[in-house]
Amino acid sequence: MTTSDSLYLAHHFDDREQQREAMTLGMWVFLVTEIMFFGGMFLAYAVYRWRFPEGFAEGSKHLDMILGTVNTGLLLVSSFTVALAVHAAQSSRGKAVAWLFGITILFGLAFLGIKGYEYWHKFHEHLVPGPHFRLLDPHNPQVDSRQVEIFLSLYFAMTGLHAIHMMIGIGVFVVMIVLAWRGRFSSEHYAPVEVVGLYWHFVDIVWVFLYPLLYLI
Amino acid sequence: MITLGRKPHNYLNANYSPWSWLFSTDHKRVAILYLISITLFFFVGGATAVLFRLELMTPRGDLVISETYNKLFTMHGIIMVFFFLIPSIPAVLGNFLIPMMIGARDLAFPKLNLLSWYIYSIGGVFTIAALVSGGVDTGWTFYTPYSSTYSNTAVMTAALGIFITGFSSILTGLNFMVTTHTMRAPGMHWFRLPLFVWSNYATSLIMILGTPVLAISLLLVAVERFFRMGIFDPKLGGDPLLFQHLFWFYSHPAVYIMILPGMGVISEVITCFARKRVFGYEFIAFSSLAIAVLGFLVWGHHMFVSGQSMYAGMVFSFISMLVAVPSAIKVFNWTATLYKGSITLQTPMLYALGFIGLFTMGGLTGVFLATLAVDVQVHDTYFVVAHFHYIMVGGMVMAYLGGIHFWWPKMTGRLYPEWWGRVSAAMIFFGFNLTFYPQFILGYLGMPRRYHTYPEEFQVLNVMSSAGASLLGVGYLIPLGYLLWSLRYGRAAGDNPWRAKGLEWTTTSPPPTENFQVTPVVTEEAYAYSAEESEAEYQRQVEEFARGEETLEESRREL
Repeated sequence: MTTSDSLYLAHHFDDREQQREAMTLGMWVFLVTEIMFFGGMFLAYAVYRWRFPEGFAEGSKHLDMILGTVNTGLLLVSSFTVALAVHAAQSSRGKAVAWLFGITILFGLAFLGIKGYEYWHKFHEHLVPGPHFRLLDPHNPQVDSRQVEIFLSLYFAMTGLHAIHMMIGIGVFVVMIVLAWRGRFSSEHYAPVEVVGLYWHFVDIVWVFLYPLLYLI
Repeated sequence: MITLGRKPHNYLNANYSPWSWLFSTDHKRVAILYLISITLFFFVGGATAVLFRLELMTPRGDLVISETYNKLFTMHGIIMVFFFLIPSIPAVLGNFLIPMMIGARDLAFPKLNLLSWYIYSIGGVFTIAALVSGGVDTGWTFYTPYSSTYSNTAVMTAALGIFITGFSSILTGLNFMVTTHTMRAPGMHWFRLPLFVWSNYATSLIMILGTPVLAISLLLVAVERFFRMGIFDPKLGGDPLLFQHLFWFYSHPAVYIMILPGMGVISEVITCFARKRVFGYEFIAFSSLAIAVLGFLVWGHHMFVSGQSMYAGMVFSFISMLVAVPSAIKVFNWTATLYKGSITLQTPMLYALGFIGLFTMGGLTGVFLATLAVDVQVHDTYFVVAHFHYIMVGGMVMAYLGGIHFWWPKMTGRLYPEWWGRVSAAMIFFGFNLTFYPQFILGYLGMPRRYHTYPEEFQVLNVMSSAGASLLGVGYLIPLGYLLWSLRYGRAAGDNPWRAKGLEWTTTSPPPTENFQVTPVVTEEAYAYSAEESEAEYQRQVEEFARGEETLEESRREL
């Protein structure tokens, strides 16, 4: 085993290939658990949408489609910068990795900022489920406001959970920037960058499903 | 093995400071941490059972009021399911053995492994907090809308505890799965893996696919309880059945988390003490996967009387019966392995044979319950209670204890006292049957579960059950006593006291921190017990037994 081999190779792995394989597989398996985690909410969404179509149509009209679309764009671009970062790591350009992750963080923060604005707006319109919920000016006057409340409950639960995942991702990017700046990644050792990238793409894909289900019905 | 001079270096004597244990990423030390914590929870969960079995001695509620009784069985369920059974074999024996069985130095993610123990402990603290702050009365199933709206007990604390602990089991499953895929020693291809590894692999599949769904259902209960969002409460427009679907989508596969690893232990023990290759290796391996997969398609059989569609009920009933097929394959293959084997009845083997019998009973009564019409009669009665205790206690706990005895020499380097081992194994078997067999009859006669009073005519059977429970309790305390005793006074075990096959027996006992001095190369199938070898081994044991008789005779004469 040469010194370059033993650098960043954990003691229990035989070689770097094995380590990379384990890390990548580990992340894929983790993403499967995440699919199941979000899956429960998607099931709840499917059940109630099937049962209360009018309430869901009404609720969806109270979301800001323009902001949702802008956010979708932001996330898609951020996934692109992550893909570039993985490529940079594979070609041993550590500083580029750091910069690209920095840009990704900015996109992520912009997304969260817009999301926060949307939440704030809902709060002002009394559209946050709970004792203060009021459906003040419904597009469809026949709709049962409790159905709309369920839609908005799911909206907050699903986008909230998604936002928590983004915050975790942003936190991990900060650590990765520090490591990348110190030159920890190279064409020999880029598995961590790749794995974090997978995670971010996953968070992105969840949004790609949330956006049409919540904003576009 | 005779050691001269200083003791050889091993994972136990590598470092004695408490920090070296609490921050150890060595899979063997993490396994011991788990062993200690789940033992603690086992006895806490057992204590609640002692209280309600005492209450059920008489038809009237004279020891506790109904509210306390509800809290007792809830805690018993929560602790035994989430803090004992689910982590029992995977987190203790699996953690300790899987890397050694496949010839690796550690699991793929040692830090995640340690983290999983901390997550488990934090979840445990929340659950104990719920217990101390007045308890929970929803039953371990947390059915809505009772749990999300009406119950005034510490529901959220307990649910949070389970939510958190779920992540420890997700991490364990993830770690096992990646380890089995990427860390196998040269020559250890999939069909040379010990069946214990296969069954834990199938278990990991369930942990990974099921546990997140439980997490999200509890999260939704929390959301409903805190923010009054209507997700499950019909008064707020929600659907309580949705909770049952989500809950059982995890919790039914979870009962296979609570039995598959036990089946793995049985395959190891049976082959060793019958000195034979396992019969139908591939069938046993794939039946584990079949159980894991089918297990995800049968959750609706918990809801036959909850108002789901009749057609859904019929489909669920049919698929539930299909689960009996891979389970039966295992039982038949173990029996075929025993056939013409050179069987010796050491303690682990007694547990394994007990497992086969009790698991078969539990499994067959499961087919009763999967039958729609019968289920309507016995749903929510003691019949169900007896059925799943035959699987969980008669199956998993027996397998767990059998496994602990089997690998105790490897884990500690000491032998437990064989005579005491056999006595307590027999006692547990009889105590168990005395506790739970009467409950089949009680349930069939219509005694519902979760009540602290009952009509007078049920008293005889209930007293029998409580008497069995006390026998069972003593049966569990004895191994606790002699295993602790053996740590100091037990005979040194040597590397391979059972002359068993498998990589874990090729290294020293207790194993060194890195498991193997040299990465092993595997050249033969699992369980390569040969006929000649087993004949020689049989002779050796017969002679040893005869010598033992002689010594016994001598000591009698001396007296």
